[in-house]
Amino acid sequence: MTTAHESPAAEVRDLHIAFGSGRDGTDVVRGVSLALHRGRVLALVGESGSGKSLTSLAFMGLLPAGARVASGSVRVEGADTGEFTPRQWRAVRGTRIAMVFQDPASALNPAFTVGWQIAEPFRRRLGDSRARAREKAVALMETVGIPEPERRYHAHPHEFSGGMRQRAVVAMALALEPAVLLADEPTTALDVTVQAQILRLLAERQRAAGLAMLLVSHDLGVVAKLAQEVAVVYAGRIVEQGDLDTVYAAPAHPYTRGLMEAVPEAAAGEPRLRSIAGHPPDPGRVPDGCAFHPRCAFATARCTTERPLLRTLADGRGAACHHAESVLAGTAPGGPYGGSDL
Amino acid sequence: MTRFLLRRMGQALIVAWGAISLVFVIVRVVPGDPAALILGPDASPAQIASVRADFGLDRPLAQQYATHLGEVVRGDFGDSWRLGGSAMANTLDRYPATLALAVLALVLTLAVGFPLGMACARRAGGVLDTCVSALSLVGQALPSFWVGIVLILLFARGLNWLPSTAGSGPASAVLPAVTLAVPFVGWLARLVRNGALEEGGREYVRTARAKGTGEGVLQYVHVGRNIAVPVVTVLGLLLGNFVANAVIVEVVFSWPGIGSLMVDAITNRDYAVVEAAIVTITVTYIVLNLLVDALYFALDPRLTPENA
Repeated sequence: MTTAHESPAAEVRDLHIAFGSGRDGTDVVRGVSLALHRGRVLALVGESGSGKSLTSLAFMGLLPAGARVASGSVRVEGADTGEFTPRQWRAVRGTRIAMVFQDPASALNPAFTVGWQIAEPFRRRLGDSRARAREKAVALMETVGIPEPERRYHAHPHEFSGGMRQRAVVAMALALEPAVLLADEPTTALDVTVQAQILRLLAERQRAAGLAMLLVSHDLGVVAKLAQEVAVVYAGRIVEQGDLDTVYAAPAHPYTRGLMEAVPEAAAGEPRLRSIAGHPPDPGRVPDGCAFHPRCAFATARCTTERPLLRTLADGRGAACHHAESVLAGTAPGGPYGGSDL
Repeated sequence: MTRFLLRRMGQALIVAWGAISLVFVIVRVVPGDPAALILGPDASPAQIASVRADFGLDRPLAQQYATHLGEVVRGDFGDSWRLGGSAMANTLDRYPATLALAVLALVLTLAVGFPLGMACARRAGGVLDTCVSALSLVGQALPSFWVGIVLILLFARGLNWLPSTAGSGPASAVLPAVTLAVPFVGWLARLVRNGALEEGGREYVRTARAKGTGEGVLQYVHVGRNIAVPVVTVLGLLLGNFVANAVIVEVVFSWPGIGSLMVDAITNRDYAVVEAAIVTITVTYIVLNLLVDALYFALDPRLTPENA
């Protein structure tokens, strides 16, 4: 799947994230393994509620209240974060691993100037003087493409446009030169016109700093612009994972295929946009067998009882589908439960 | 912003006028004749009539009111018949003592209430949170005079740690200030706690955590600044409250402020002083309100006069 053989900059192994505790707990992420390598961008793709955002937050130890890592491990630069004290987490955040959030309007503190917020890590983490921190922050604002940084240093977030705010959030994430950057839907809350600019900025910074990057998105078009590798999640599990070109050229999982057909560019020539019928399951009521089978055109009786494991196909990608070969070959969708088992 | 503040000042003037008028009416409706009090029980009706004429008390109420209003605008409430000298001068003489006590009580409330609220927010529903929540109710229910007396019995009489009356240097301010602060410490803690909990769920808090910000900085700087507006509001009102509440506490602790002056003046029908004291307290309250309004602009950068 990946060409990198060095140890990953960050990884999760068989990650389970649950809401609630004990037997009443509901697993939302159910065994996800991902490795982020230096200089590479891995995209995590799925619908809202699939657990992709939770997975990215687990890398930072910032799961929301009520959610917890139920089993599996999160490693940052080889260190198992399961044993981390709050102090150790703080030491890693910003310096080793950083995050760009979805909505820059709420991600910035409304009460402080943008410059103050960007300069804060320099003062608090590096112990820089006020003047020195300010200098660095202005330079960083310049780097992320905020015009007139000297003047804008003193502006409050509400005086910034959406695109400028996201540039400020990117600047904050990059301030302490982390090795790993997590971007959770970094363009979703932005105007279409500025989405491309932010993507260009992320790509440029990622390449310049050789960052290991996780891009969480529901938008396959965004993913195509940045990532080399893609992992598709459905109902808390990875259903397909591989090189972006391989997966995009021919999806091996019916869900990936459905997502591709829902993208306007991919569906060019089709008379109308197709969407996947039905809804993703509630985390508490995931169907037996393959979680996707009620919505799947290829589903057979086997899919209703036996859960397909993520297996490596001939071309090196992983797919969790009993019928991956048929999907690739594009042969005979079985229809709900109607297809014949191989 | 100037227009907004000018409008507020206009409103403040109306409130001040209302207060002055109300005090004027109440003082004159209350039974008891100052002329009779000044002269004592043996005075003849002729003597009383003469004194009443001196004070202008024999003229119609409307005329007295008009004259009074004109004088008040110039800060002239007449002379105190009991203390001698102008009533306003007497009041202003006592004002610093009241203000000092109020400021001390405010500092105390903030210094204890704010960290307490933040500590409660850190472990909402925990032991501390539950205790503070219960005690804040008890604190508000206790009457000041009772708290004052209990504190005197405990710390002045019993343990002999602190003086119970004024005149023993700064230490004598401790017990009255604590008495003033007691009902509001828990109350402020609750306000801070609820604000911090609400703000704690906001995304900018997560962003700050992602930067590796420590919990202390997070609470006191990032969240603290965002709950500053409600906190400053109640602190402003509280200071006014402390000046007004001083009446009871100053009597209990024989504190030489406006409150004890006013109580003496009421007992002795010293109209001029009563009015001067009440108007001073009212104006203090109004000015504090204006200051709080002006502070909003400094505290919340999103606030413009249009949406204030």
